[in-house]
Amino acid sequence: MLRFKCPVCNAVADETELSPGGEAHIERMGPGSSDDAFYKYLFERKNPLGIHFERWFHAYGCGKWFHAARCTKTMEIFGTYKAQEIKPPKHIIDAITKKRPNWKNE
Amino acid sequence: MKKYSAFALVKEAFNNHLGWGRAWRYAQPKKRYKVIIVGAGGHGLATAYYLGKNFGIRDVAVIEKGWLGGGNTGRNTTIIRSNYLHEESAAIYEKSRSLYETLSQELNYNIMFSPRGVMMLCQTEHELRAMKRTYYANRLFGVQTEMVSPMRMKEMIPIINTDGPRYPILGGLWQPRGGTARHDAVAWGYARAISSWGADIIENCEVTGIVREESKVASIQTTKGSIDCEKLCFVVAGSSSLLAELAGFRLPLESVALQALVSEPIKPVMDCVVMANTVHGYMSQSDKGEMVIGGGADGYNNYSQRGSFQHIEETVRALIETFPIISRLRQLRQWGGIVDMTGDRSPIISKTPVENIFLNCGWGTGGFKAIPGSGWATAELVAHGNPGKLAAPFSLARFVEGRMIDESIAAAVAH
Repeated sequence: MLRFKCPVCNAVADETELSPGGEAHIERMGPGSSDDAFYKYLFERKNPLGIHFERWFHAYGCGKWFHAARCTKTMEIFGTYKAQEIKPPKHIIDAITKKRPNWKNE
Repeated sequence: MKKYSAFALVKEAFNNHLGWGRAWRYAQPKKRYKVIIVGAGGHGLATAYYLGKNFGIRDVAVIEKGWLGGGNTGRNTTIIRSNYLHEESAAIYEKSRSLYETLSQELNYNIMFSPRGVMMLCQTEHELRAMKRTYYANRLFGVQTEMVSPMRMKEMIPIINTDGPRYPILGGLWQPRGGTARHDAVAWGYARAISSWGADIIENCEVTGIVREESKVASIQTTKGSIDCEKLCFVVAGSSSLLAELAGFRLPLESVALQALVSEPIKPVMDCVVMANTVHGYMSQSDKGEMVIGGGADGYNNYSQRGSFQHIEETVRALIETFPIISRLRQLRQWGGIVDMTGDRSPIISKTPVENIFLNCGWGTGGFKAIPGSGWATAELVAHGNPGKLAAPFSLARFVEGRMIDESIAAAVAH
């Protein structure tokens, strides 16, 4: 059972209280973008083995979206941060590199 | 290859069964192959088989990071059906199902194909209408299915509770020639066939790098050294994104865990496969008597081959309403596999941005039933360099062109 701390309401929530929302920090493409850019925005995913930045929805809690950094191999959660962040904040990156010194953020 | 027959069985009975030999050779990589297939699961082995059978390409290596058939081929609920809504899907899944019918004879290997029938339940008005639509579509495409009333369903499946209360059964879509097969045997049978004509199956051999020369692949680096190839084909399901990353491109895939479980064995209670899509559970009884139960996939990226406990709970809780008889059964085993989900829940059989790399992936939660047809279509793609009629709709380009084959909406659930 995954367990996240919601950065909005500060509740520690089991995954049954949450709804997963897939990869985070995908740049949104709108009308006027190229077909290729729109395809990448809609469908193409990093789908990494290892650290994954992703979105979660606190469905049965405060009803807000937030971001999390999680390892897709070990299920370890490195921290959560607000949905308004356009890239992972420093304390999250630090938390990851502390435990995974060889990790590179691509 | 030693032919399996009644005569061989009698002969070996007088020989203490010492003369059977291995079903396939253990091979070490050669310097170079015409085609390298990455992934020795059902789809990869079937691709190698039809490359040899239909196109005479037998200078093939199938390499595998783990053991043969140890991924999703050995982790599914072995259901075979072809009652899909869209023409493109019905074509490839029906090709596959029809190949399954004679696969045991063709491979001289008993894959225990059991066309016991697949029943898809309609438990809401919506689902009833959607299934009728699927039924009409199936008729048009020549897939044999029929609609079944609750009363007839109760006769066919006496243990079913058609009254609800929450999800009463309003009807069913019945495919009489759907069924199950022995999943491991499918991989073993193909492996034995391709090994007999000289193709190499190399287990415990992980791809660590892909060496490109301009727009083409020249060789691959593996944990057993470097191997040259003319053509390369990725058939690695949940790990497709990782191989694509090595080759320098990305895919429209997400890898998630899908789980299944079996109960303790009981006497025969149900002689067909039942799929309850609204409540997200499906069940059949194995020849050993275990109830084989599959459920829904997790919603988040996962490579751990373990899923969330609550999904098992949800599946079982839902099935108990429809099958009260199973409520006291104990769970024998539970396991997970990593499936590669596309946005439209249809597979990808396609060329890639790299000229001589081909791709077979994206089968998501429903790959087992497709093994022969998928191998057939992928072999055609690899041999000719261009997709044939079966594979063409499933290209990567469909995502750019918006030409989806949307089975996620059509089936409510993809299996």
